[in-house]
Amino acid sequence: MKVMDRRTLVARLREVVGAPHVLTRPEDLVVYEQDAFLVAHASPDIVVLPGAAAEVGTVIALARAAGVPVIARGAGTGLNGGSIPVAGGLMLVLTRMNRILEIDARSRLAVVEPGVVNIDLSAASARDGLFYAPDPGSQGVSTIGGNVGNNAGGPHCLAYGVTGNHVLGMEVVLSSGEIMTVGSPAVDAPGYDLAGLLVGSEGTLGVITRITVRLLRQAEAVRTLLAVFETIDDASQTVSEVIAAGIVPTAMEMIDAVVMRAVEAAIHAGYPADAGAVLLIEVEGHVQALPGLMERIAAVAKRHRPRVLRQANSARERELLWKGRKEGAGALGRLAPSYYLHDGVVPRTKLPEVMAKVAAIARTHGLVIGNLFHAGDGNLHPTILFDPRQPGMLARVVQAGEEILRACVAAGGSITGEHGVGIEKREYMRWLFTEADLQAMRRVKDAFDPTGLLNPGKLLPDVMSSGAQADVKSPAFSVRPRAGLWS
Amino acid sequence: METSVSSMHLPLQRTEPHGPVVPGLQIPELDQCVHCGLCLTQCPTYRVTRLETESPRGRIHLVRAAGEGRISTGERFAEHLNLCLMCRACETACPSGVKYGRIAEAAREVIGPPGSALSRAVARLAFTQLFPRLGRMRVLLRLLRFYQRSGLRAVARVLPRRLREMEALLPPVPARFFTPEAEVLPAIGTRRARVGLLNGCIMPLLFGDINAATVRVLRRNGCEVVIPKGQGCCGALNVHNGETTAAKAMAKRNIDAFLAAGVDAVIVNAAGCGATMKEYDHLLRGDPEYTEKAARFSALCRDASEFLADLGLTGPLGPVDMTVTYQDPCHLAHGQKVRAQPRQLLAAIPGLTLIEMEASDRCCGSAGIYNVTHPEMSRTLLDEKMTSIGRTGAEAVVAPNPGCMLQLRYGAQRAKAGTAVYHLMDLLDQAYQAAEDDAGRARA
Ligand SMILES: Cc1cc2nc3c(=O)[nH]c(=O)nc-3n(C[C@H](O)[C@H](O)[C@H](O)COP(=O)(O)OP(=O)(O)OC[C@H]3O[C@@H](n4cnc5c(N)ncnc54)[C@H](O)[C@@H]3O)c2cc1C
Ligand code: SF4
Ligand code: SF4
Repeated sequence: MKVMDRRTLVARLREVVGAPHVLTRPEDLVVYEQDAFLVAHASPDIVVLPGAAAEVGTVIALARAAGVPVIARGAGTGLNGGSIPVAGGLMLVLTRMNRILEIDARSRLAVVEPGVVNIDLSAASARDGLFYAPDPGSQGVSTIGGNVGNNAGGPHCLAYGVTGNHVLGMEVVLSSGEIMTVGSPAVDAPGYDLAGLLVGSEGTLGVITRITVRLLRQAEAVRTLLAVFETIDDASQTVSEVIAAGIVPTAMEMIDAVVMRAVEAAIHAGYPADAGAVLLIEVEGHVQALPGLMERIAAVAKRHRPRVLRQANSARERELLWKGRKEGAGALGRLAPSYYLHDGVVPRTKLPEVMAKVAAIARTHGLVIGNLFHAGDGNLHPTILFDPRQPGMLARVVQAGEEILRACVAAGGSITGEHGVGIEKREYMRWLFTEADLQAMRRVKDAFDPTGLLNPGKLLPDVMSSGAQADVKSPAFSVRPRAGLWS
Repeated sequence: METSVSSMHLPLQRTEPHGPVVPGLQIPELDQCVHCGLCLTQCPTYRVTRLETESPRGRIHLVRAAGEGRISTGERFAEHLNLCLMCRACETACPSGVKYGRIAEAAREVIGPPGSALSRAVARLAFTQLFPRLGRMRVLLRLLRFYQRSGLRAVARVLPRRLREMEALLPPVPARFFTPEAEVLPAIGTRRARVGLLNGCIMPLLFGDINAATVRVLRRNGCEVVIPKGQGCCGALNVHNGETTAAKAMAKRNIDAFLAAGVDAVIVNAAGCGATMKEYDHLLRGDPEYTEKAARFSALCRDASEFLADLGLTGPLGPVDMTVTYQDPCHLAHGQKVRAQPRQLLAAIPGLTLIEMEASDRCCGSAGIYNVTHPEMSRTLLDEKMTSIGRTGAEAVVAPNPGCMLQLRYGAQRAKAGTAVYHLMDLLDQAYQAAEDDAGRARA
């Protein structure tokens, strides 16, 4: 097959989406070489910003004709390198498709384009007393498309569930360029749950161009408790026991001393900078029910020597506490020039044990590790702070990260709670799945994307060459050399 | 073939350096950015374009890549950096404390002033010959006043569109410039402080009445006001447009003038000037003779609202019956983190009602000479701003910064809205005046 040359491809793309929306100069492309995953970069060859689903369809068909990989990108806040074009190619940036197409207050659903910023949807539905529940820390910037791509979670997903629980249907462009619809507003649609399959597929199965999501009614009342502890262990025990007592707060977040220092410097939310850890616990519901619920939580906390238990007195105070928690990761730049933010899950009963292990790993490697995470879900984010210019540092960081994830898996948990796999963890998939499991997933990928051009090098590990043992120790990331794209 | 990149190798596929590294761009402030993207949606130019290159994170990345010699610092790089408003909303948004302003200033020092070769030359001329020499500025403004009153303005209709639009941005030059009656003006009532006032470059010429109002309000609050003759323009436009050599000389001149005056504070009623003066210490770092003096000077600088709110207003305030909304000037809210104090002062004025607008701290598109260099983006932001102002239903908008005032007046004119535009000192002065009139009537 004679592949289209680059000049022809670019000319055709310009016809389809308009010249200003096709970027090819190094000074325009270089900024798309990285997302919020700080330890890898690769530049796309072309960036296209489509304005409509039909344009996406044509662009993908053209890319396929040219044999060029297609990588979808939202706001680029992903933490697994999912939008990094490891094999080069054409990046489809969906930020221009940011219209809220419909808010149906009666049916409590919204139809949005993929580039809609998460918080803008909640703001728009607030007029009807509704909100969009998944609230990742990045909700002020990340897109619904990217949220679906990574099946994003957030503090309040403890009670409400992650993105996948709120997606009813989608319009998706397949690797052929055809547009297809999956899911429906019905609770139990007949046939395969393709919407379920596409959620969390990280742009490897199709490019989502329209999403129908569920909206929820805002709770009548909300209470937020800040519980301050001297040690991470006391805080972890509290989390385990609150859950064991059958209480389900809407959110239960932990911030340790390392992170608190950065957060307090950034936000001035009133976090005690010298405590061992704090829990931010929130409950929602009927006004009358909340004080009783709060008392039960406080009673559990009191068994673990809290320094202070303080309820937010005003909406402003609550907002500040949450701002501190949500922007905590960003604030870490105050402590070190780089960080590696991990994302593992453990059964909540194992939280104290695994947190102790994380601390031990930090000591062994002489690294500083901060923690801010969705404790109620057992979703850890140990974050290794480092200076990449120190020789040998990155190797130590990657090594420590692997040990942390192994500890999570050993405790019966998993390698990702919400950030997805991307390029970061595809090799670690082998820890959880057998080659047969992975082969089944590869067949799904092949069915959707027979040419393998949709976000290559992500999510699934490569097929192991025959006889090779799964070397789960060293290859952390893998990148293909970019030979012969248009040769 | 597939290369496995283990922990021993970085999975880097950075474009190779194709040019020399640029030391002027390899500044430590870059290290603080962790690429989280939390600043994106607070950036006015990203909101409009949705392009990473027109976002704070993107611009920081561009500077980093250019510093490493991976992209050129040529025209395209300059376009991205120059579309930035220097509003510093990203600094407010950034949890990591990235000093974006310094990064952008370093970049502009490398790329020089914006625009075509001709407009660059004109800008250079203005920055080096006009702003540092206020006498020339006066002459020019007198000519402009003559032009505006002579009927010549009608001729402007035949100008090309771009020039006509620029002409429309020109405010009417008032009949009188501000000339203080003495270098030191005594406090009214008990003296509470001795303060210096930055007269500024444009302020005394286009907004002389605001300087006069500021002096009256300060004096009524027990301040002895010194307006040192030796002072000049603050150099903000020079700093923002990469003309640091001239800026440094201008900074030294002001430092000398105000330190010699022996004041408790240096009061500034133009947010852009205040933000720059508070950072003279950074501008003059590495100048051994001025390091300490600049630090001392910067520590003395206060926005008029900041100073008065902290001092506490004294004396009777009469009613100013008006509903207003408040526009946070970027260089006050983001540059100096002064947000509460102007609102406190407004709340102290009887009869005045403040109705907050949506995103009051989003740039109005004025941004120094931005409305001239980037009219399209500027107008997009202005129209959005006028819509937000319109939604409040307020009769007037308060914006304590001359650039914002000019822009908002132009916006009100464009939107054919009757919204009046005031400086905060204007309204305080009116309130004091109202009290005095009441007292006068009571005596009569
Ligand atoms: C400070 C900070 C806090 C965070 N907090 C959380 C948190 O609490 N919970 C959480 O889960 N994550 C969190 N994240 C991670 C990240 O914000 C989420 O993964 C988010 O969903 C990414 O959205 P995005 O728009 O930035 O997508 P991108 O990063 O641009 O893309 C993410 C993935 O989705 C794919 N994709 C994007 N758009 C489409 C589309 N239209 N169709 C198909 N595929 C697509 C991409 O190819 C990529 O694989 C945080 C990140 C930061 C920086
Ligand atoms: S200064 Fe303003 S325009 Fe420039 S990057 Fe920051 S937020 Fe954007
Ligand atoms: S400037 Fe700040 S907010 Fe923006 S990406 Fe960098 S660290 Fe994040």
